[in-house]
Amino acid sequence: MTTTHDIVRLHVNGDLREVGVPTHYTLLETLRYILGLTGSKQGCDKGDCGACTVVVDGRPTLSCITPVWEAVGTEVITVEGLASADGPHPLQDEFDLNGAAQCGFCTPGILCSASALLERTRAPSREEIKDALAGNLCRCTGYTKIYDAVEAAARRLSADDASADAATEGGASTGGASPVETDREPGGV
Amino acid sequence: MSEPRKSKSEQKLIGTPMRKVEGLSKSTGRATYTDDIALPGMLHGKILRSPHPHARIVSIDASAAEALEGVHAVITGEDMPTCYGIIPWTPDEYPLCLDRVRYVGDGVAAVAAVDEDTAIRALDLIDVDYEVLHAFLDPHEAAEADGSTAYIHEPKKEGWNGNVTKMVHLEFGEVDDLMDMSDVVVEGDYLFEGTTHAPIEPHCAIGQWDGVGRLTVWSATQVPHYLHRELARVLGLDQAQVRVLQPLVGGAFGGKSEPFDLEFCVGKLAMLTGRPVKILYTREEVFYSHRGRHPFHMTYRTGATSEGKLTSVDAKILLDGGAYASFGLVTTYYSGQLLCAPYEMPAYRFDSKRVYTNKPACGPKRGHGSVQPRFAFEIQLDKLAERLGIDPIEFRRRNFIGENTRTVNELRVTSNGFLECLDAVQRASGWDEKFRTMPFGRGIGVAGSTYISGTNYPIYPNEMPQSAVQMQIDRSGRVAVFSGASEIGQGCDSVVAYIAAEELGVPLEWVRVLRGDTDFTPVDLGAYSSRVTFMLGNAAIDAAKKLKALVQKAVAAAWEVKPAEVLLADGFAVWAPDTSRQMPIAEAFNLAEAEFGTLGSTGWYNTPKDVHGEYRGGTIGASPAYSFTAHVAEVDVDVETGIVDVKKIWVAHDCGRALNPILVEGQMEGSAYMGFGEALMEEQLFKDADHGRAGLHNAPSLLDYRIPTSLDTPELESLIVESIDPEGPYGAKEAGEGPLHPSIPAIANAIYDAIGVRMDRLPFSPPHVWRAVEASRDQGSLGKPEGPRTLASPPDVEAEPVHAD
Repeated sequence: MTTTHDIVRLHVNGDLREVGVPTHYTLLETLRYILGLTGSKQGCDKGDCGACTVVVDGRPTLSCITPVWEAVGTEVITVEGLASADGPHPLQDEFDLNGAAQCGFCTPGILCSASALLERTRAPSREEIKDALAGNLCRCTGYTKIYDAVEAAARRLSADDASADAATEGGASTGGASPVETDREPGGV
Repeated sequence: MSEPRKSKSEQKLIGTPMRKVEGLSKSTGRATYTDDIALPGMLHGKILRSPHPHARIVSIDASAAEALEGVHAVITGEDMPTCYGIIPWTPDEYPLCLDRVRYVGDGVAAVAAVDEDTAIRALDLIDVDYEVLHAFLDPHEAAEADGSTAYIHEPKKEGWNGNVTKMVHLEFGEVDDLMDMSDVVVEGDYLFEGTTHAPIEPHCAIGQWDGVGRLTVWSATQVPHYLHRELARVLGLDQAQVRVLQPLVGGAFGGKSEPFDLEFCVGKLAMLTGRPVKILYTREEVFYSHRGRHPFHMTYRTGATSEGKLTSVDAKILLDGGAYASFGLVTTYYSGQLLCAPYEMPAYRFDSKRVYTNKPACGPKRGHGSVQPRFAFEIQLDKLAERLGIDPIEFRRRNFIGENTRTVNELRVTSNGFLECLDAVQRASGWDEKFRTMPFGRGIGVAGSTYISGTNYPIYPNEMPQSAVQMQIDRSGRVAVFSGASEIGQGCDSVVAYIAAEELGVPLEWVRVLRGDTDFTPVDLGAYSSRVTFMLGNAAIDAAKKLKALVQKAVAAAWEVKPAEVLLADGFAVWAPDTSRQMPIAEAFNLAEAEFGTLGSTGWYNTPKDVHGEYRGGTIGASPAYSFTAHVAEVDVDVETGIVDVKKIWVAHDCGRALNPILVEGQMEGSAYMGFGEALMEEQLFKDADHGRAGLHNAPSLLDYRIPTSLDTPELESLIVESIDPEGPYGAKEAGEGPLHPSIPAIANAIYDAIGVRMDRLPFSPPHVWRAVEASRDQGSLGKPEGPRTLASPPDVEAEPVHAD
């Protein structure tokens, strides 16, 4: 059996990647099988569960039902692209601090949906958070700890914004690790 | 309380909010699950599944598939003709069917090919000739079968009904006499349609054969040890030849707690091809592999005195088991055995029968075998309380079984914080102001429950430890823990790390956990029956204390003080009488290594053996400790549409001791969420011949089999109660399954409080509720029920629940 391949140029997590992919591949298949970015998960392969969610041009997108060619010319951010050289994204850190990831399989998709939300607003209400995560099924947590984590991350990002504004250049936050104290004092790590 | 509870003040880390050891790897995408693994030269496998619910396999012709370019191997049942089953007494399945298919989705052949697309094409080329047999889809019909059409399995004895898996009849006390003497008796029929686990990660396995006798299988399993044993047996290998690796598991809930066809198939296909082979279930296959909650058809009679004391309980239960036994022998016992707390029952009888049907096999789902009877029984209690005019929380208090006692079926109960659970939900929910007083359509309901902290006996009889760890400390101050336990998201890797850090005084980030590798870790039986924290925790404490004693001895010798005066905490060894005298923990470890040689220890746990009655089946349901839970749910019910809106569930759970309150709350909220989903939305249904192809799953997708989204899930409030169990690790008991049980009956009782309608079948979906409302309207019983004459006594003000924050 031979499969027709296309060469596609993708911007993923800030890198320009030129790769050959089977023509029928989805964005998820390309991320996982070609680029080795296995953080995005396949839970249903038909757009029902949200585990494959990535951020495409700022919008949460189900990569398992997105043909790879639709991602050409866009900026794709996966869970691997949320952290920076300074450390994990405040959302990633708060998910750990708040116990928001149990089995962790839905977590990458939820983080992508939540990061897109926090790019739109730094002070989402709980109802806005619920709306933003309505396409991401979590079977472990009952969602409560996830809301706590998103709210805590929003507060950290707001504080980052405020301190960045106070600085002379006043640039926008890059979303890196924050020195701001968290609400909870973990006993370790 | 007969014995003083253990002190909570002795530990520094235990009981505080802590990160999980693998937490950041999960939130950054680094965490590796089975499907994230790709091996060089790996082939992809697919399984051909039966389109018929019940049929004889006449012939299989795989020649065209074998001839397809890219196909490396095709196997059928004949390639693995060894019968297996998770319960050693009821083996009844083959990795691929030998001569008969028993449900739509039963596996008949498997292929390994260069890629998934080629494997799928190859499946289409396999020609199977079936002789279709009568399918039993209804458990009542299966139970009454006379052999005129083929039974689903061969009868164990001539003249028996081959559709019956197991019957259990147990009776404790004078059931009939006490029922006759009761002042009030209520009866009810209840139907719990089955539900499934729906973990977000589909099952996945990879096999690798080294060509000279060693097989490695990676799998998303909750039971690597049992998988190890069965792989060896079925594939004809010595156990020493098989290595099972368990990457992180993306949710399980009981749905990955026995071997599945894909694990045998990747093993066999790897052995035949010499290439690694991966099989990943589609979401549809996950629904068909199932092994989820059994449908229960239940009838209960329950008696009480006019003072509100239970007298007698009589239950009759038909379990719809699906095509294979799975854990069904245990489920049949659990359907009765786990009901006997937290309430005192002077007399109890249950008569349970599990039958085969031509549907995917049922097995254990979170709260194995006891969620269904708890649903029925807690409604029975609500009915009794109402008949007697007693507030339902008060009614439950009056029947509290107590601490350090035995149930009517002779199970030993030690710590018991159920009264504090009732206090906590009564107080937090504002029960006294709400019950029977809110407007029509708004209601509040209560329910209680108990669950095991592990089964007292392993699945195959043996006297060896149920759980064990190895621990080593090194010159840098690090601690390495080798754990055989199964991390399915509940946090068992973190539990052993917390314990090592606590006992050995090292910072948590200095603890490394190696887990999930049957070549390198000691045996733990698996993540099932809520056994892990209790058993693994005790094993880890055992191992850590052995090392701690050596370190204390070595430091004491250097300081010329008593070993007991040497404390290990916060990265230092400290002299208790004068804490300014201290040394870094690495230095202390080095002193110990110089004194005693390389430092490693083993620790293990086995269960006490005198905790149950001496009757057949008396060991099933026995546990070293029981957790207790109470929920209050508040609902809005729209009688015109049948829509139930659960506003909030208050969840109080006696977990013994919260080793990390964040993780305990996570289990409580996740359990309550899952119970809520079963109460309102979930139903594992199969079509009959009148509604499509018989035996076809009604909705095998996460869009159509609805599980609660963020928008569906009610507000959940966790109220941790700590009874400090005398045998649990630092007093801990289970938290992962118990808190699911009361969600469903609490919601049912809240619906009754709202509109006066009893919901005796699940789920409480709009069509079911609307029909029940219409029936009540016809009978003139729709409306707000009357309030109780005897109100709830005020909650104990002393017992404040623990909050993580």
